[in-house]
Amino acid sequence: MSFKDIELNMGPQHPSTHGVLHLELAVDNEIVTRVKPFLGYLHRGIEKICEQRTYQQITPLTDRLDYLAAISNNLAYLLTVEKLAGIEVPRRGQYIRVILTELQRIASHLAWVGFFANDIGAMSVLLYGFAEREDILEIFEEYIGARLTVHALRIGGVPHDLDEKIMDMIRASLGTIPGRLADIEGLLSENRIWKHRTQGIGVISGTDAIEFGLTGPVLRATGIRWDIRKDIPYSSYGDFEFDVPLGKNGDVYDRFQVRIEEIRQSARIIRQALDRLPEGEIRAKVPRVMKIAPGEVFHSIEAPKGELGFYIKSNGTDRPERVKIKAPSFINMHSLELMCTGSLFADVVGILGSLDIVLGEIDK
Amino acid sequence: MSGFIVSEIIIPVIKSVAVALFPLVMTVVMIWMERRVVALIQSRLGPNRVGFEGVLQPIADAIKLFFKEDIMHRGADRSLFNLSPVLTLFTSLLAFCFVPLGDSINVFGYTINLWVAESPVGLLLTLGISSISVFGVIFGGWSSNSKYPLLGGLRSVVQVLSYEIPIVLTVLSVVFFSHSISLVDIVASQKAEGMWYAFYLPVSFIVFWISAIAETNRAPFDLPEAESELVAGFHTEYSGMKFAYYYIAEYTHMVLASSLVVILFFGGWLPPFPNVEALSFLGYVPGFIWYLVKIMFFLYVFIWIRATFPRYRFDELIRLAWKWLVPLSLANVMAIALVRSLG
Amino acid sequence: MNTMEDLSGSPAFRNVCESLAERFPGRMDDWMMEKGELTVIVPRDDIQEVLRHLKGELGFIALNDMIGLDNMNSTDGRRRFSVLYQLYRFPQPVRIRLRVDIDEGQDLPSCYYLFRSSDWAEREIYDMFGIVFSGHPDLRRIYMPEDFDGHPLRKDFPLEGRNG
Repeated sequence: MSFKDIELNMGPQHPSTHGVLHLELAVDNEIVTRVKPFLGYLHRGIEKICEQRTYQQITPLTDRLDYLAAISNNLAYLLTVEKLAGIEVPRRGQYIRVILTELQRIASHLAWVGFFANDIGAMSVLLYGFAEREDILEIFEEYIGARLTVHALRIGGVPHDLDEKIMDMIRASLGTIPGRLADIEGLLSENRIWKHRTQGIGVISGTDAIEFGLTGPVLRATGIRWDIRKDIPYSSYGDFEFDVPLGKNGDVYDRFQVRIEEIRQSARIIRQALDRLPEGEIRAKVPRVMKIAPGEVFHSIEAPKGELGFYIKSNGTDRPERVKIKAPSFINMHSLELMCTGSLFADVVGILGSLDIVLGEIDK
Repeated sequence: MSGFIVSEIIIPVIKSVAVALFPLVMTVVMIWMERRVVALIQSRLGPNRVGFEGVLQPIADAIKLFFKEDIMHRGADRSLFNLSPVLTLFTSLLAFCFVPLGDSINVFGYTINLWVAESPVGLLLTLGISSISVFGVIFGGWSSNSKYPLLGGLRSVVQVLSYEIPIVLTVLSVVFFSHSISLVDIVASQKAEGMWYAFYLPVSFIVFWISAIAETNRAPFDLPEAESELVAGFHTEYSGMKFAYYYIAEYTHMVLASSLVVILFFGGWLPPFPNVEALSFLGYVPGFIWYLVKIMFFLYVFIWIRATFPRYRFDELIRLAWKWLVPLSLANVMAIALVRSLG
Repeated sequence: MNTMEDLSGSPAFRNVCESLAERFPGRMDDWMMEKGELTVIVPRDDIQEVLRHLKGELGFIALNDMIGLDNMNSTDGRRRFSVLYQLYRFPQPVRIRLRVDIDEGQDLPSCYYLFRSSDWAEREIYDMFGIVFSGHPDLRRIYMPEDFDGHPLRKDFPLEGRNG
């Protein structure tokens, strides 16, 4: 029997495909010669369902896209609807949205660090990340009553105000983040094995990254400064000071460093938002039955995984004519083929992990 | 006559059973310890429901595995598929025959050696027999007739082949001191020297320990069964008791590796500093207890390493063996040979 | 329909429109401005050239997304399908949208070799609407199984499911 070009089916049941992804690999000994992803195992037709639901009813559906960052999905959808309907969200509502989405970003990145490190074989980091994520999910539970698919935002603003208890919980959680990040970085950043497994692996150049339409931390790891929060500010992100962490080499290690630094920057944004929380309304007046005049609009936000955009076309009724979700994982996933071809089989797992994909978002 | 029966039949039988049971008991202890220690390191609880602090959890797991359906898919090579787990477990248990678990003790006037067989070439036999168990891994991976197990088996061949060499070379440096390859004599010579060999041969100890971790397929060298890449590696297709055999064999190997480290470099059953008068009271503790304490320490280090390090990549693993460990152990052996022949 | 909002407020958009009108005289003067977003309507045959022009001359180097539309129920009298192209310009971000209207059964030139990101986007539109992109080297369904009958996001796809 020859070991040249074994065809290997990775998934749809495999411990590190992060869901029901199916990769068809051709391996020559341990070197990957071809990667062919097959999607659709989680396809629920959310875009089609959206066409049958009212604008309010669609919000909880978006939770199910990237289920590790439900609030970011809510925000992207709601901003698009509000742009389409011309609704102005009160400033206090905008600030609370920022606080919640940045908490969600931290939670998403922490979950990513854990899963990714576990893919590379460092099992303890998973639990360190999840300990902090647990605190954040408890904040969500206190705020809205749910932890994962939270449906925490509403058209026109947010459903509840932040009370003192939640603010204290958020401050306490922000206080523990530096220590937990130090634990994670202490285990990984200078670890020789970790560096061997991540540096120079899955390299993509800035030009290629743009060509493939990559966004988010994967793009920033190549050194290209593109953060929608900075470049096209929405939901009063322009009020806050934060840095956009950049990588240099566009490899797996840089993606790790960029995301760890983004957690710190998100904490910085939350702290500013809490300190400067304006007084006033939290939600604009929105009619119960919302009919939106015909029109089409696209809006995107900087979700934890990249640029999450919604395109909505309205037709004058209370239901949209068409909703298109521009999912960052879908786009980032496409570059896997380029990054993996020629690398070792073990690195496919690392590269796949470093892209931070969620199949709920890819398959829609 | 009765003395003959006792010393030549009953005692050997009891010893054989005890030595076969010792790794199994250690496996049970280790499974519990591994899960609890890793949980401790990861700031969670771990199993704590079955029995006091979950000590009966491994028993419950064993019962579950015992009653699980034994699945063999149609494409598998029946005989090899069945043979491989047995081969792996049997050889790893067999290697314990030559491992001295303690000093000779007197029970009812009979002198009992805490080892089943004493051989003048015990070290070679132990290493040789334990290496056979890799055939179980290779055969298991191949006979599963499935791609992930095959890749796991292939990795296993290369890994074991590569790491056998530094192991043998470092063992050689110990033999230069002990002038014997009987494990009992090696411990005895450390008593005569009054010093554990780890202090004489730190390089040998470190190389041996790294290679031993690689030989036992433990993290960070657990490539043949790397769960995030190869699902479960060579035992992907195994279930029920056959899977349990592999599982037990892995822990038996860990116990064996720890035992060898303790015997070669840390004085086996000897108390610390056996020749220092002020510490002679340590000699009242039975040798078996010292041995147990020492191997538990190294078993703990196994777990500690697993909870801390990411997994090596395959080419890095081979590079580590051939570019670092083999030259290092070779230079080490030559240097020691030179020193010994001059002095 | 090209004066829903004035372009004078946004020199970047005016630049794009003027450049396109100059390069493709008479064919590219149909555009609309809505809520600060520019949509340029491009004839089917020109789409590859327009994209190449935008990428090469005007710096729109990122094709961010492609959106399919089924206009069966819409009242504005468009053809059956529309395909929208979302383009970005780095580093001073400008976002524009191109729209191509086609009839049922008509194919559309693929921009696979112009923007790699269009690979999966075109497969998705093919899967969901049945629009064939001529020149795409690997035009397979992306979500639905290979042997699936029909295209789910078409407006005439039965909502209640089908027998069998």
